[in-house]
Amino acid sequence: MATITVERSFWQALPKPKAESGFWSWVTTVDHKRIGILYFWTSIVFFLIGGVEALLMRLQLAGPNQTIIGPDLFNQLFTMHATTMIFLAIMPLTASFFNYFIPLLIGARDVAFPKLNAFSYWMFLLGGIFLNSSWFLGGPSDAGWFGYPNYSLKEYNPGLGVDFWIIGLLLTGIGTLVSGFNFIVTILNMRAPGMSLMRLPMFAWTTMVTSFLIVFSFPVITVALLLSLFDRLFGTLLFDIFAGSDLTVYHHLFWVFGHPEVYIIVLPAMGIVSEILPVFSRKPLFGYSVMVFSTMLIGFVGFGVWSHHLFTVGMGPVVNTVFALATMIIAVPTGIKMFNWIGTLYGGRIRFTAAMMYALGFLALFLIGGLTGVMLSAAPSNAQIHHTYFVVGHFHYVMIGGALFSLIAAIHYWGPKMFGRMLDERLGKIGFWTLFVGFNMTFFPMNILGVLGMPRRIYTYAAGMGFETWNAISTVGALIMGLSILITLYNLLTSLRRGEPAPADPWDGRTLEWTIPSPVPEYNFARIPHVSSRDELWVRKHPQLAHGAVAETAAAEEAPEEAIVMPGGSYMPLLVALGLFVGSYGLLYYMPVFWGGIAVSLLGLVGWALEGDNLRIVRPGGSH
Amino acid sequence: MRHFQRIVGLAAMGVAGVALPVMAAPQYWLDPAGPVAAMQGQLFLLTLYIMLGIFVTVSGILVYTLVRFRERAKASARTGEAGTAARRETAAAAEDELPPQIEGNHKLEIIWTLIPFVLLLIIAIPTVRLSFALAADPGPDALEVRVVGHQWWWEFEYPQLGIVTGNEMRIPVGRPIRLIIESADVIHKFWVPKLAGKMDAIPGRTNQMWLQADEPGIYYGQCAEMCGTHHANMRLRVVALPQAEFDAWVANWGRGPVVEDEAQLAAVERGRMVFETRACYACHAIEGTAARGTAGPNLTDIGSRTTLAAGILENTPENLARWISDPQSVKPGSLMPRVGLSPDELRDVVAYLSSLR
Amino acid sequence: MSQASVTAAGRLAGHGEAAHAHHHPTSLGIPNQKLATWLFIASESMFFASLITTYMVFRYRSVVGPHPDEVVNIPLTTVSTFILLMSSLTMALGVSAAHRGEMRAVGKYLALTILGGLGFLVIQFYEWWHLAHDFGLTWRTNIFGSVFYILTGFHKAHVIFGMLWLSVIAISSFRGTLRKEHAVNVDVAGLYWHFVDVVWIVIFTLVFLLTEAGV
Repeated sequence: MATITVERSFWQALPKPKAESGFWSWVTTVDHKRIGILYFWTSIVFFLIGGVEALLMRLQLAGPNQTIIGPDLFNQLFTMHATTMIFLAIMPLTASFFNYFIPLLIGARDVAFPKLNAFSYWMFLLGGIFLNSSWFLGGPSDAGWFGYPNYSLKEYNPGLGVDFWIIGLLLTGIGTLVSGFNFIVTILNMRAPGMSLMRLPMFAWTTMVTSFLIVFSFPVITVALLLSLFDRLFGTLLFDIFAGSDLTVYHHLFWVFGHPEVYIIVLPAMGIVSEILPVFSRKPLFGYSVMVFSTMLIGFVGFGVWSHHLFTVGMGPVVNTVFALATMIIAVPTGIKMFNWIGTLYGGRIRFTAAMMYALGFLALFLIGGLTGVMLSAAPSNAQIHHTYFVVGHFHYVMIGGALFSLIAAIHYWGPKMFGRMLDERLGKIGFWTLFVGFNMTFFPMNILGVLGMPRRIYTYAAGMGFETWNAISTVGALIMGLSILITLYNLLTSLRRGEPAPADPWDGRTLEWTIPSPVPEYNFARIPHVSSRDELWVRKHPQLAHGAVAETAAAEEAPEEAIVMPGGSYMPLLVALGLFVGSYGLLYYMPVFWGGIAVSLLGLVGWALEGDNLRIVRPGGSH
Repeated sequence: MRHFQRIVGLAAMGVAGVALPVMAAPQYWLDPAGPVAAMQGQLFLLTLYIMLGIFVTVSGILVYTLVRFRERAKASARTGEAGTAARRETAAAAEDELPPQIEGNHKLEIIWTLIPFVLLLIIAIPTVRLSFALAADPGPDALEVRVVGHQWWWEFEYPQLGIVTGNEMRIPVGRPIRLIIESADVIHKFWVPKLAGKMDAIPGRTNQMWLQADEPGIYYGQCAEMCGTHHANMRLRVVALPQAEFDAWVANWGRGPVVEDEAQLAAVERGRMVFETRACYACHAIEGTAARGTAGPNLTDIGSRTTLAAGILENTPENLARWISDPQSVKPGSLMPRVGLSPDELRDVVAYLSSLR
Repeated sequence: MSQASVTAAGRLAGHGEAAHAHHHPTSLGIPNQKLATWLFIASESMFFASLITTYMVFRYRSVVGPHPDEVVNIPLTTVSTFILLMSSLTMALGVSAAHRGEMRAVGKYLALTILGGLGFLVIQFYEWWHLAHDFGLTWRTNIFGSVFYILTGFHKAHVIFGMLWLSVIAISSFRGTLRKEHAVNVDVAGLYWHFVDVVWIVIFTLVFLLTEAGV
């Protein structure tokens, strides 16, 4: 390997990271695979934090009139549990798979903007740390993950908790937005020759639609958060009732973001399942083009249904009806997907691996999540189930039954490619069944509790309301879920050290990531593949399925490229992120630190633009 | 009919055999006590039945598919050695075992696009109809009640009757009640499950809904929008009375203490003095006295209420004394301060308030 | 030097990731930075759409004055709008110079553009001072003040950021380090500048002209 530098202006003469292993190589990395792994472990840590917060709440609610946790702490717990799980656990875990696998799935050596990619990660990490540091700096926000004013304003929330919450979300939001741009450009522009849009693996499609949702929805919550931050920090009157404000403006801004956010979480999960089901049924995805268009339709209509979260704010019957009908429409493309997944399974030869079982768990549980969602869309009866445990049950069927099951499926399916070791199948299946049982025990009773009239976000309830039994069952289920997560974590950690080494193609896969070694070399593909089919590897393995000249292109790929130019590391992404991170504390404690942080970030940006590429040449021949 | 629905509803939720806890469920809204909740419950059940039908059908097909098309023993012998070199060699031999590589079926796709449409239409029509029906004004003979959410209690004002009360709303049976819903501080959500669904109480806005109780009884409700520390303890009750009893309550409201003997009268009078001179009067109002505070609930009929502190304590003299002497131990974070009364003063105030029936 | 390292050296001759995209043909044929900038603009459009909508809802809800129709200054703002529009013209000239390969001329046009931005800012900040001084309107006066200063303030911040961005390019142009293959960098900076301009046109129409027209 060699490092080349040509001209050396001031900025280009700045020190460049040279380390190829060890701490600094990770801190300065711009390699999409390393960034994917950083996302992976960081989001797991935040997931465990969010899980402990959930368990504490379940313990408090296990019986009536309990005082394990007081009301204020309880309010902080549900605020931080939701914020952590959505923004710091599930989204980054999907981002981990975007990062690691999108370039591999489309036959690229990296994402379009490797340094921006590193920046996204640092913003996520530092934003998450900023948000959670509020536990030690006077306590976090207790205003819910929606942070509705005026409860979130100084008058009712005088501490710094809400400020930490707002700024933490803004910081991670910047990272999310940037990775949204990055993945759209990557998928549209970095495809291997022959990888037409209609040959993209479904996961790439759902990633792209998700990224579009991020690009269009995150700016809206940014405005909502900034407006309430201005009220809190600078005394503006945007949400001051006595100045004539209308609080529902915030409701609408928040949910214009909030509803697409649901699809930001669920669409990648659908993509993962659409990758796994064909592999373990040994059949192509049923109705590929319909799946693509239904994904786009879900993304598109997902922007027109936000007010179904607001049926009880008094919008009137016309608005309520319009949003109720729009919401019902979404059930159609979602239903199509469900049928196509079953169509994929039908007639196949189904292998029940741990990954497949989690994917099938997704089908069953997401079905319940979707159906309860349609029930919620009927505005008049929504007035009863809205803000009850029915809703809590519903969206956990979507977030856990949908997103988390598919993410754990992805850990079992793609983990061998990421870490080079097979996960233990037996532990994987035990993990699945405990999670499946624990999950249904935790969340199905919540649907019933909603019908029995238990509202959300209450830290306690009286005896004799009919809530006791179901809450007790739910808490036991939550403990079983916790056990399952520990089993999966144990499986992951021990397999990484002692697991069977993973071959390139352990599952008899269909897509490009299985054509290269596990774990993946730095340059991904020794020679950029030429793609002639939607299931490229599958068709190469079964040439009788090919429509064209597969054999020749495959042969042309045998000889690796002599030398591959890869981007080297950079300090700048971390520097820019650190400036914003430290500056954010300044905004709350000492303004000069804020301006200093902004200056550091701006300097970092200039350095970023002018420092040069720090390119490195890698010779695949040497590493084989 | 309602009984039938309740049974079906329970069975439908998959809870057959555990009906016992449900019987004592005062917020179980599928057992409605008024027309609004009944209509909403019926729509809910309609959606529930359709979704259950879909669930049974789809999961049935899924399970059938998984059982029928699972990899048989012969083939699965190979999966254990996933990815070994031997596997690659057998791959070619397994060619003939490939299941039919079907990529799609247009006819099927169209069918399973149309079926959801039809099912959704069945839900959509009553949704639209009911949305407009429930938003309609209940008519000129409705009793109007202005509901104001406070951290963490409810104020009920009857503009037509000149009555203000708190946490317990008395209504006549069989008469529609028009609710004007507002908030004095943060966003709350008014909800009495057995009578009607929720409506937000948003500061700066006025919302409207109606409800009606068909039978006399006490109906539980509580705030359903996170509103701070005691969101969970912001409960309320609706007491539906036969018209005559309601009229009697209206007539008695603000008539002052009801006492049985001279001794009690003296205690009540002393209690009233304490109330009007110590901190109490600054936050609470009692009709016919100098107490005109509005920060806390109006206490004119406190003696006739069933609960204290927004539905968390039963209204007994002991509990009242406990609540007044140290509100923070009963409801930590409550906005009611500790007034610091002497034991005698406390006893007199309790006697006074209990007599306001 | 092997052939591979020669191509690598060729790729190195640029700034940042720009050179990368320039040498790799992209799947869509659009340079990566350009595609990313369009996406960024789409996202920014949602940002300003949200802010402007909030403005439109809140502008006449103030309990105390001054209200929008009492304070808007059409002549002054028209002048600043005209200056900003002219800066878009010089920006376009700069982009076209970059496409012709006249990299030294780029700096000249960008300097004029920056100057235009500066002129716009001076007038707009004067207007802020005028509103605060003569009408007593600050962002704590009433809800109109809050939403007006936040909306126009975010726009100003965008103008300032654009000026910094253009300065970096202009400086490298003057120093002669801006090469022909960096034309795409000038392109995307131009896209951003035009976008900031278009946003101002919308703000000018909705915040100023509509108010004047009594809507």
